[in-house]
Amino acid sequence: MSAGEVRLGALRLPGPVVVAAGCGGTGRELAGFVDLSRLGAFTTRSVTRDPRPGPPGPRLVEAPSGLLHATGLANPGLQHFLAVELPWLVAAGARVVVSVSGADLGEYAELGRRLAHAPGVAAVEVAATSPEEPPGLLSAREPFHAASVVGAVRRDLPVDLPVVAKLRADVPRVAEAARAVVDAGAAAVVVGGALPAALPDGRPAGLGGPAALPVTRRCLAELRERVDLGGVAVLAGAGATTAADVRGLLAAGADAVQVGTALLHDPTAAARLVDDLEETPA
Amino acid sequence: MTSAAVPGSRAPGPSVAPVHVEAELLATRRLGAYRLLTFAAAGVAERFRPGAVVALSLGPERLARRSFWVHRVRPVGGHGASVDVVLAPGAPGSGSAWLAAQPVGTRLPLTGPLGRPFALPREPVDCLLVGVEASAAVLFPLAERLRERGCGVHLLLGARDEAHLLSALEARRTARSVTVVTADGSVGRRGDVGGALPERVARLDPDVLYAAGPLPTLHAVAAAAEAHGAWSQTAVEVPSPCATGLCHGCPLPVVGEDGAPREVRACTEGPVVRGDRVRWADLTGDPWAGPAADPAPVRAAGPAGERP
Repeated sequence: MSAGEVRLGALRLPGPVVVAAGCGGTGRELAGFVDLSRLGAFTTRSVTRDPRPGPPGPRLVEAPSGLLHATGLANPGLQHFLAVELPWLVAAGARVVVSVSGADLGEYAELGRRLAHAPGVAAVEVAATSPEEPPGLLSAREPFHAASVVGAVRRDLPVDLPVVAKLRADVPRVAEAARAVVDAGAAAVVVGGALPAALPDGRPAGLGGPAALPVTRRCLAELRERVDLGGVAVLAGAGATTAADVRGLLAAGADAVQVGTALLHDPTAAARLVDDLEETPA
Repeated sequence: MTSAAVPGSRAPGPSVAPVHVEAELLATRRLGAYRLLTFAAAGVAERFRPGAVVALSLGPERLARRSFWVHRVRPVGGHGASVDVVLAPGAPGSGSAWLAAQPVGTRLPLTGPLGRPFALPREPVDCLLVGVEASAAVLFPLAERLRERGCGVHLLLGARDEAHLLSALEARRTARSVTVVTADGSVGRRGDVGGALPERVARLDPDVLYAAGPLPTLHAVAAAAEAHGAWSQTAVEVPSPCATGLCHGCPLPVVGEDGAPREVRACTEGPVVRGDRVRWADLTGDPWAGPAADPAPVRAAGPAGERP
């Protein structure tokens, strides 16, 4: 493996900068600001079996050093995604990590089954723990719930197609959850994602952005000190906006870093991070 | 989607690729109750079409971006073409107070042009442009473009008072007729745009109505156009926190070409949409009301008190 490469199971990424789920549009919008093939990977917005319209606005609200999001995982459904969005992303040269979310284990299993035969899928990210906890979707609060979901998705996927488990931003239990999902077949884990929060009107939301960066660092420290994942890749979730942030997270034990809110503030952030990391390797 | 053009018009299609540049604030001046900010933003003015917006990042502590209609592009010595936007100081969430306080020479990240612009008719037809307060900024470059195409351009501008009436004098240089209404009667007729609209439509018999303003005004224009057998293009203002289509945070309820209800992103499939495609009743209230709507409505227009 060359310098800068990241391994997610059998998948090799050329670099550590990965677009986080829900922050890269369909890919077309982001492609105007960064060559998608230069990124480590592009994680899609979370896709469900059926289309989800999402709640009325406002869906994103500014918070101190962060953005609150409550999009309800709005998406056009798997069929539209496979027919329209996935082929475009593959043609653009992106390594496509398909984020999936579902109402129950049966839906997760179906998503895994249908993605198993979709050309161009580089990995599947299981988003069973959205901090928004949107209605109609399973919320895997307990580590064994998350492990069950990972197992359901994993079951029918080709062995060389990695499953990435996005863990709940639950610092005291992150190590336990990581162990559980790895035992269930995850080839990589995402820790320190958006924090459970609420919009000013009380609706559940996720808090991403720089405010969440210290929590991501703590999650990485918990993993390092409390669990041996046996070489499974670790992706740092929320809060990175600068090359120094990325380098700090890599030094703290992350193999790759997901960039999300930074893109909403500056659509060129991913390109800038890739450039900066290439210029000044850690 | 649905920002489809009027028949016989040039469909706007996706706008040309936006650029992300460091813009320099070249000038700032009062414009009645508003402030006019002029930015040098390389490449933006050249790509601009009326109805597009630009998004500004206001610094690391304000993560949501602020979007503004482009009021004007014009050459400025030594900087190529510049971009003018109109600030309405005091508009909640617009960041306008912070922006208005920035000195000339301030450099800010700016992305644009963004979104789908107005569809322009291929043939010279009569057009009625309806604008309220600072929202009307977007209509001025449109009026110029329509006039270049030989269209008959008529303006109906509304505001709470004279100070909030945007550039009515300038409008008279572009349009065949300009009708002004103010709530306090300080200039033009006393009243509101909604009240003046039926008479203007009946008298001018426009083929296309273009509108910019608060939702009730846009709805009224769309309804008036439909009743009259005309086409409408409405510049819809909803909070648009990233403005680039990445976050899916600016849902705009519409009826698709197939007649099915769906949601599109106001920042990419809008902000200009055909009036008869918008599900107005499903657009929730005033985008500027309350703290939840704080980030970034398109431009800095405040509530206009306009009710059709």
